[in-house]
Amino acid sequence: MSNHKPLIRPDASYGSVADEIGNVVLTDRFKPGWIVGVCIGFALLQVLNISISWLLARGIGVWGLNIPVGWGFDITNFVWWIGIGHAGTFISAILLLCNQKWRTSVNRFSEAMTIFAVMCAGLFPVLHLGRIWKAYWLFPYPNQMALWPQFRSPLLWDVFAVSTYASVSVVFWLIGLIPDFATLRDRAQNIWVKRLFGFASLGWRGSASHWHRYQTAYLLLAGLSAPLVVSVHTTVSFDFAVSILPGWHTTIFPPYFVAGAIYSGFAMVLTLAIPFRAYYQQKNLITERHLDYMARVMLATGLIVAYGYIVEAFTSWYSGNVYELGLFATRLKGPYAPIYYALWLCNIILPQLLWFKKYRSNTIFLFIISLVINTGMWFERFVIIVLSLHRDFIPSSWGMYYPTKWEIGLFLGSMGLFVTLFFLFIRFLPAISIFETIELLAEEKGDLKHD
Amino acid sequence: MTDLHGVMGQFPNAQSLMHAAHEIKTRGYIKTDAFSPFPIEGLHEALGGKRTKIPMIVFFSGLFGGTFAFSVETFANVVHYPLIIGGKPYYSWPAFIPITFELTVLFAAFSAAISMILLNRLPELYHPVFNIDNFRTASRDGFFLLIKSTDPSFDLEGSKQVLAKAGATQVYEVPN
Repeated sequence: MSNHKPLIRPDASYGSVADEIGNVVLTDRFKPGWIVGVCIGFALLQVLNISISWLLARGIGVWGLNIPVGWGFDITNFVWWIGIGHAGTFISAILLLCNQKWRTSVNRFSEAMTIFAVMCAGLFPVLHLGRIWKAYWLFPYPNQMALWPQFRSPLLWDVFAVSTYASVSVVFWLIGLIPDFATLRDRAQNIWVKRLFGFASLGWRGSASHWHRYQTAYLLLAGLSAPLVVSVHTTVSFDFAVSILPGWHTTIFPPYFVAGAIYSGFAMVLTLAIPFRAYYQQKNLITERHLDYMARVMLATGLIVAYGYIVEAFTSWYSGNVYELGLFATRLKGPYAPIYYALWLCNIILPQLLWFKKYRSNTIFLFIISLVINTGMWFERFVIIVLSLHRDFIPSSWGMYYPTKWEIGLFLGSMGLFVTLFFLFIRFLPAISIFETIELLAEEKGDLKHD
Repeated sequence: MTDLHGVMGQFPNAQSLMHAAHEIKTRGYIKTDAFSPFPIEGLHEALGGKRTKIPMIVFFSGLFGGTFAFSVETFANVVHYPLIIGGKPYYSWPAFIPITFELTVLFAAFSAAISMILLNRLPELYHPVFNIDNFRTASRDGFFLLIKSTDPSFDLEGSKQVLAKAGATQVYEVPN
C-alpha cells in the first residue's frame, strides 16, 4: 500500500480527525447551501404528501395503470430505490469483512443512504396496494378469518426480505453511531446538546470489555448483513423471475439484479459524496482514492449488468419461443424502444470511460456519470417492468402505459423525502464514522498493530 | 474506601496503554478496566477478560428465528388452512426457505445488537469515571487505565505508583 496516497493525510492527529468530523454537527451555524438544499428537499416532500393524499382520496385510478400494464412507475421506483440502498450495506458489511480500509470514511453515510432509500422504496409497494389501511394483511398474524398470507408467493417473500433489510440496516447503523454519540457528547458545549448525545450514546465510555463485545457484535452484524443484502435483491428479482412472463421468466435475474443494485448504489454514493466532500471540506477524509475505488466498483458491476443484458438477448433468441422473440423485437423496435437504447447508452456504453484513469480522477466527470448511471438504472427497471407487460400474449390485449402527473409527483416526492432526510442527517449526525476513522489513523501511524 | 472508585492513569497512545495493561496484569491486579476512543485488539484479553458469549447467543437466536418462521409457514399451509396454490403440494417446503432465511437473519441481528448493549450494562448514564474532567478525551485521543478500589491488591499510593511506573502521564483518584 506504500506506493498509494494515504487514506488520511499524515499530519492528522486523533483529536483533529474527531474535530473535523464533529464540527460539522456541533457548529451553531447553518451553511447557506445546506439551507437551500433542505428547502428544495422539503418542497419536494410536500409534492409527495399531496400525491399520497390524492391517491388515498381517489384510489389507484389516478395512476396510468391499466390492463395489461398493472405495474408501472410504482414498482419501477420501488426496485430502483431498493437497488440504490444496496451499496450502503455492501460498503458497511462486505467491504468490512474483506478488510478494505478505504470503506471507513464512506460507510456511515452510505448506510444512511441505504436506510433513506429503503424508506422511499417501501412507500411504493404499500401505496400500490390501493387500500393501504389493510397493509397489515401482508404479515401473518392469528385472525378471526383464519386467513394466512400466501407463503409460496415471491411477493410475500419480498415483504419479509425488505422489512428485514430495513430493520437490520437501522440496527447496524445505530450500533455504529453509539461511540460517535459519545464523542459528540464529550465535545459539545451546549448543555442540552450534551444531554441529548449523552442519552443517545447510552453512556458509552469506551471500556475495553465494552469494545470487545461491541466488535464481536459489529462483526456478526456485518456477517449477517452480507448474505442479507444479496438475498434482498434476489428476492425482488423473484417477483419477476418466478412468473411466466417473457422478459421476466429467466434465471439470470437474481445475479443480474444484485449486480445492478450495487451498480446504481455506488452511483448514488458518488452523487452524494462528491458535493458533500467539496462543500463540507471533507476532502482529507473522502479522498480522490476513495472516488477512484468506487468508480472501479461501478465499472466492474456495470460489466456484470452488461453481461445480464446480453444473456437476456441470447436467451430470447436461443429459446426460439415466439413470445420471447416477440418481446425482444418490441424492445428493439417497439414504442418504448428509445428507452431500451437509452439504457444501453447510460449503463453500458458511457461508463466504459471509467476504464481510463483520466476520467476516474475527474471529479466533475464522476459526478455526471453517476447521475447518468442512476438514470440508466431507472430505465432498466422501466424496461423490465413495462415493456414485458404492455404486449400481452395476444395482440388484442396489447396496451400502452403513460404515467399521470400523480405518478410523476410521487416519484419526485420520494426524491424529496430522500433529499430532506439526507440533508438532516449530514447536519445533525456525524456523516463519517469518527471512531473508525481514528482507528484507521492509528493503524496508519503504527499505534495499532494487527499482526 | 467506599468513596473511592479507584485510581486511573492516562496514557499518551494505544501502544503505551497496551503495554501498561500487560504490566498491571503481571502485578496481579484483576479488577481493572481500560478506556480508549477506538477498539484496541487484545486489550480486553490483556486485562484478563473472558471471551464474550455474544456469538453463542446470536447462533441460538438465529436458529430460533429460522425454526419459528418455518414452523409458522408449515402450520399455516399444511395444518391450519391447507390450500392448493399453483398446483404445489401442501408441504412445499422449498417455497418456505426465503422467509426462513430472512427471519434467521432478523433474529440473529437483533440479538447481536441487544445482547451487546445489555451485556455491557448499557444504558448507564452515570459512571464514576466521568467525574474525571480529562476523561472526556477518552472518546477522542485519551487512553486510560483504571484499577478499581475493590481489587484485593489495591492500595491507594501503591497502585498510583504502579500506574505512574507503567508510563501514565497523569494519575487520578476516581471518586465514586
